[in-house]
Amino acid sequence: MTIFKRINGFWLSMVLAIVFFIVVQLLISRGILNSFYINTLFYMAINIILAVSLHLIIGITGQFSIGHAGFLAVGAYASAVMTMKLQMPFSLALLAGGVTAAVAGLLIGIPTLRLKGDYLAIATLGFGEIVRIILLNVDYVGGASGMTVTHLTTWPWVFACMLIAIIVIANFTNSTHGRACISIREDEIAADSMGINTTYYKVTAFVIGSFFAGIAGGLYAHNFYIIQPTNFGFLKSFDILIFVVLGGLGSMSGAVIAAILLTVVSTFLQEYPETRMIIYSIVLILVMLYRPKGLLGTQELTSFFRLRKAVEGGKQNDNKHTVA
Amino acid sequence: MTTNTPLLKADHVGIQFGGLKALSDVNIELYPGELIGLIGPNGAGKTTFFNLLTGVYEPTEGSIVLGNEKLNGLPPYKITRKGISRTFQNIRLFGELSVLDNVKVAYHSLARHSILSSIIRLPSHFSGEKEIEEKAIEFLKIFKLEGFMYEKAKNLPYGQQRRLEIARALAAHPKLLLLDEPAAGMNPQETKELMNLIAFIREKFNLTILLIEHDMSLVMGVCERIYVLDHGQLIAHGTPEEIRNHPKVIEAYLGEEVS
Ligand SMILES: Nc1ncnc2c1ncn2[C@@H]1O[C@H](COP(=O)(O)OP(=O)(O)OP(=O)(O)O)[C@@H](O)[C@H]1O
Ligand SMILES: [Mg+2]
Repeated sequence: MTIFKRINGFWLSMVLAIVFFIVVQLLISRGILNSFYINTLFYMAINIILAVSLHLIIGITGQFSIGHAGFLAVGAYASAVMTMKLQMPFSLALLAGGVTAAVAGLLIGIPTLRLKGDYLAIATLGFGEIVRIILLNVDYVGGASGMTVTHLTTWPWVFACMLIAIIVIANFTNSTHGRACISIREDEIAADSMGINTTYYKVTAFVIGSFFAGIAGGLYAHNFYIIQPTNFGFLKSFDILIFVVLGGLGSMSGAVIAAILLTVVSTFLQEYPETRMIIYSIVLILVMLYRPKGLLGTQELTSFFRLRKAVEGGKQNDNKHTVA
Repeated sequence: MTTNTPLLKADHVGIQFGGLKALSDVNIELYPGELIGLIGPNGAGKTTFFNLLTGVYEPTEGSIVLGNEKLNGLPPYKITRKGISRTFQNIRLFGELSVLDNVKVAYHSLARHSILSSIIRLPSHFSGEKEIEEKAIEFLKIFKLEGFMYEKAKNLPYGQQRRLEIARALAAHPKLLLLDEPAAGMNPQETKELMNLIAFIREKFNLTILLIEHDMSLVMGVCERIYVLDHGQLIAHGTPEEIRNHPKVIEAYLGEEVS
């Protein structure tokens, strides 16, 4: 039975994830991990959320959005206002960050995604800059000097949000709704002619992606002591874009792996920002030369195991056709 | 001519792209169950006419009526749901998706499970997906494509890709099927198989078919009536016999063989 197999695979990964979570939690509470490593781990999880949320928009639905940091900023500031100005609990603040970013996504998505073509790229690029400039000029959120934020982000929070983002986006992708999005990526005119409401699915994917970017923003803001508009410039959007492109457009596990790798690289190169950009560029050039479709192409990590099973003479795997 | 009401009626339809009048004053009536040919030299406007019928472009003049519903201005996905589906002159499969998933996409509009039910994996998600999968597999068997089920569509041989595109269009449950040069690029053997396939699906699915084709012997052989477009205008309409001897058609195809 397909369904049982899928559920088994799902629970197996859940158990592994929870074991990983508990081990890290123990290491943190026993003081074995120093704050440098803890911070890297948090940062990794936040980047994974950003990577999978952009993966849904670009990799699955094929809509080129290049201002993802704008949604990160909206989420960060919205949640910071909730906790710092309105004295709301962190949980509500995170949710508010996600919802505000989703609303922003809706407002940009509806007019631009109705059209065919790359209007979204231009609109999101503009959006990212507009958000930054507005934040620079609004005194309520501190203008250029930024906003001080209490450190509220903890390992359970980042881990839970990351897990939810991954599950939601994976489940969405592996359904008729995700197939509709992939069909748009593959050929929008054909998708249209197969009865897919392409505008609806483009906007939906964009809004879900924006929502999780907003959640990531909330976690990001409460992981530092201060947030400033300069944290959310075009370079930040570019960083997120690289996760998705490097991992392989269309591969969620690819995006996750790229997010992990690049977080490690950039953490160790923090003191040398110029070197970091050079190494990033070299990595990108090498990937484009040797793996033009990204680390995993459109494959998922799991499909490699399935492939091996099939080669070993196992019977045709029911899951092999599961999309992207 | 048949006495019943037409399934599709294009009434004085035309479209202008900037200064270029790609089609003007096209009147076409298709009756239920007919297999009709649409022919014409390169650039005559045949594909453009399909694009008007399916909502890719909105006609700048005239009206298109399916059954008793006017289609002008509807988005393509709504027109598909009302019962027109098509194949494309340059195959447009979802290349990275499996053959099975290509057909599943066509069943999407029948899915009743919501996005939320898929995200939190409610029982309705599983039953809905199972239903789509079963229907799609059943469908692939009709087209003898079940052996390629898990292949990526882009990896199929050319002839099978054409076959899959037709299967996918039919999975959307059309009343009217539009085929844009389905035999293009096929060898005689494949063309013959294609003709058998068209005869078979017409019978099995109770279809009305409008066929664009360059292969004259093919069109003349299977179509009951033929419309001829040239420079965006209908220049002739009639039985294959009438078309074969029509002076305007012979003129339009000057040099090309019409037999
Ligand atoms: N979107 C468009 N914008 C401008 N002109 C167009 C557009 N679509 C089609 N045309 C023009 O309309 C005319 C008819 O083109 P169409 O593709 O319908 O011809 P066709 O009969 O299908 O020819 P072929 O046999 O080569 O497929 C051509 O001159 C073409 O350049
Ligand atoms: Mg054409």
